[in-house]
Amino acid sequence: MTNLTLNEDETMLVDSARGFLDEASPVEKFRELRDAGKAYNPELWKQMADLGWTGVLVPEDQGGIDMGHAAANLLAQEMGKTLVSSPFISTAVMAATALRQVADNPRAAEALAKIASGDLTYALALDEGVKHAPSKTQMQAERVGNGFSLSGEKTFVVDGGSADRLLVLARTGDADDALTLFDIPADRDGITRTAQNMIDARDSAQISFDGVEATGEDVVGTVDQAMSVLNPALRAGQAALAAEMTGLSSGAFGMTVSYLQERKQFGVLIGQFQALQHRAAHLWSDIEVTTSTIANAGRMMDEDPENAALAVSLAKARACQTAKLAVMEGVQMHGGIGMTDAFDMGFFMKRARVAQEWLGDYGYHAEQIAKIKGY
Amino acid sequence: MPFDTTNPEKFRAEIRAWLAENCPAEMQDGDTTADSICWGGRNWTFQSDAQKQWLNVCAENGLTCPTWPQEYGGAGFDRDQEKVWLSELDRINARLPLQSFGIWMLGPALLHFGSHEQKLHYLPPITRGEIRWCQGYSEPGAGSDLASVQSKGEDKGDHWLVNGQKVWTSYADKADWIFALIRTDKDAPKHKGISFLLFDMQSGGVSTRPIKLISGASPFCETFFDDVKVPKDQIVGTENRGWDVAKYLLTHEREMISGGGSGRGAGRSLAKVLADAGHDLSEASLRTEAIACDIEEMSVALTIERYKDQAAGGKGVGDASAMLKYAGTELNKRKHELFMSAGGSEALQWDGATGSLPADWLRTKANSIEGGTSEVMLSIISKRVLGLPG
Ligand SMILES: Cc1cc2nc3c(=O)[nH]c(=O)nc-3n(C[C@H](O)[C@H](O)[C@H](O)COP(=O)(O)OP(=O)(O)OC[C@H]3O[C@@H](n4cnc5c(N)ncnc54)[C@H](O)[C@@H]3O)c2cc1C
Ligand SMILES: Cc1cc2nc3c(=O)[nH]c(=O)nc-3n(C[C@H](O)[C@H](O)[C@H](O)COP(=O)(O)OP(=O)(O)OC[C@H]3O[C@@H](n4cnc5c(N)ncnc54)[C@H](O)[C@@H]3O)c2cc1C
Repeated sequence: MTNLTLNEDETMLVDSARGFLDEASPVEKFRELRDAGKAYNPELWKQMADLGWTGVLVPEDQGGIDMGHAAANLLAQEMGKTLVSSPFISTAVMAATALRQVADNPRAAEALAKIASGDLTYALALDEGVKHAPSKTQMQAERVGNGFSLSGEKTFVVDGGSADRLLVLARTGDADDALTLFDIPADRDGITRTAQNMIDARDSAQISFDGVEATGEDVVGTVDQAMSVLNPALRAGQAALAAEMTGLSSGAFGMTVSYLQERKQFGVLIGQFQALQHRAAHLWSDIEVTTSTIANAGRMMDEDPENAALAVSLAKARACQTAKLAVMEGVQMHGGIGMTDAFDMGFFMKRARVAQEWLGDYGYHAEQIAKIKGY
Repeated sequence: MPFDTTNPEKFRAEIRAWLAENCPAEMQDGDTTADSICWGGRNWTFQSDAQKQWLNVCAENGLTCPTWPQEYGGAGFDRDQEKVWLSELDRINARLPLQSFGIWMLGPALLHFGSHEQKLHYLPPITRGEIRWCQGYSEPGAGSDLASVQSKGEDKGDHWLVNGQKVWTSYADKADWIFALIRTDKDAPKHKGISFLLFDMQSGGVSTRPIKLISGASPFCETFFDDVKVPKDQIVGTENRGWDVAKYLLTHEREMISGGGSGRGAGRSLAKVLADAGHDLSEASLRTEAIACDIEEMSVALTIERYKDQAAGGKGVGDASAMLKYAGTELNKRKHELFMSAGGSEALQWDGATGSLPADWLRTKANSIEGGTSEVMLSIISKRVLGLPG
């Protein structure tokens, strides 16, 4: 195993990402999108493609830079710091990870190339209830002739309103894990997408499928064996999301520490009060500890992907707790200002809440850890 | 040295083969309890021939202090090689051959501040387990406010005449030598008048009185200095600049207390520890707490690994040691609360012996006090790392 520090390439990637995002996508840009009722900025997505980010997990044969999961996580972490809203995790992390496993299929290869060039976005239509639970999929893909007919409801599909294509999880057999993953255009006949307004002002959609036709060509991998391609994609997404949340935590923490050094009450800087100092120090420690779990998740996914499930759940579980603490302390230590919409901290709090739920919250991942460790 | 350090894969294979040949089976029992530790020293009684053999064969090959330079009794390993060594020890459940304040604390301080002669003189006996050290920092009036130490050393030309009292000196009654903070300039500001002195506990005028802990055993003492003569060459660093040495040493002490001293055991599952002790974890609150502790334990272990990776091999992690100590010790207390509640009434039986569950539980309460309290750790982070105003 390599060590847990950044190597030279990773340090350069982080520095250039930070430089670019501070210029192109500071938190004000998120506010503009929110005020305009837009989920993301397609021009920024194009720029991210030009920088190679959308192809961070795409093989070089398909025009990607193929830097691995540790690098994808670092990008997500930098995006988290300034609340960059984009389909990065759905498309460049999860869809790319799913598709590259079947890259010998020309259609998948073509899709990967378009992800890398920034010309194609994806959403993963998995969940059907209020909690992340892919194994509870009810949606049916009935066999009709040589193909399938998909009927059912997917909900809280992140990036589902804007994505060009969907990876849809549907049941093709009675066994618990007899699930199949379909790759279909989001505007295929029989698909209806309804926007869901979320607290974080990002793209989420309810998607209903009414006898949507799918061919054998549309199947990603093998019928009845969705999880073999989906699991690595989910892990990649969970780790990247955990990284985003750690970036978000650092972003909120940075604002808070600055405020402690400028706000005066009782004639002194509030950062002089030990009650606040110790809580800030505790929060910093907490963020550092979570950062280590993110580095470990990246390392495991790149070097020992078969055994990465524990590392990924550890990272996501801990990132959920850290982000929750960071935004709560962020609002509290800002006093009244922290509660105002005109101030950015509320955006961090709302994004943290959504990110906790997406792809499994603390409870979900604690349960995965318990299963792996035999509790 | 019998290992090829130029080729990582070969290196691991050689370490593995060396261990197979040299680590006695009895030392592969995974025992990490206090009673199984080999501390060494003039008065050390080995618990078994295997313990003695294991210490000697490691010492001969620099493996009691693998990251120290070879000329001072170490193996000269870098961080990656150290990780291989530790993971191979873990793989066979081997005990550490030697643990001591010399290894954890004085050694790193000497490597940083000592002269070449001092290193040659003091370090090899530490690596061979011949001299056992204790730490004379705290005094009745100087705990968290350590720089207020009052034990004083008068300049008598070729020596200092040392008088005063230390307290909470762990193993002072068993140690051979002490490293002590002694005020050598009473008129200077408090941080600028302290010297870092080394002296033999058998020197005339040194006496100790054990103090019994709530956990039963009596590993620490009051230590008295009554006209102790300390030769002038037994100073580390510059006269009156001992505070720099003291602080540097503390960062290593804190790293060790956090769990990072040995860097081992991260792979052990709490579930397994509890299951081995017969707990089925069917109760909701117990299971929830066990998982939460396991998550913390894995995460803190990774953090220690990451910070040690960041520091070049054998170097300390600096002020971040405060964070590692805080996180590691608070977790250790939490875990022992879990063990106690999982143990139920069975865990309440008491024969005063170290190594029993209740004794360990009580002993962990000191983790967030010794080496600097949790509150002091948080203050260090807020001032030195976050730069919050004093
Ligand atoms: C929803 C809402 C409704 C409100 N309604 C009213 C209203 O109707 N009328 C009205 O007059 N006011 C109202 N307030 C204002 C409210 O009383 C103040 O926000 C509150 O007293 C805190 O003051 P502050 O916002 O200036 O924060 P600050 O005093 O600047 O505090 C910032 C942070 O520093 C901490 N801090 C400050 N001093 C110390 C110290 N000595 N030791 C340790 N920590 C310290 C605080 O706990 C806080 O975490 C309202 C506020 C909110 C959020
Ligand atoms: C088992 C054990 C072994 C030890 N071994 C050794 C040893 O070998 N050698 C040695 O020299 N010492 C040793 N010590 C001593 C240890 O370093 C001190 O106990 C420790 O530094 C705290 O000092 P104190 O006990 O005087 O507590 P105090 O400093 O009096 O602290 C009392 C309480 O006040 C809090 N407090 C103090 N200052 C502040 C502040 N500025 N802000 C907020 N809170 C504060 C503390 O956190 C603590 O909760 C040992 C202690 C224990 C328990």
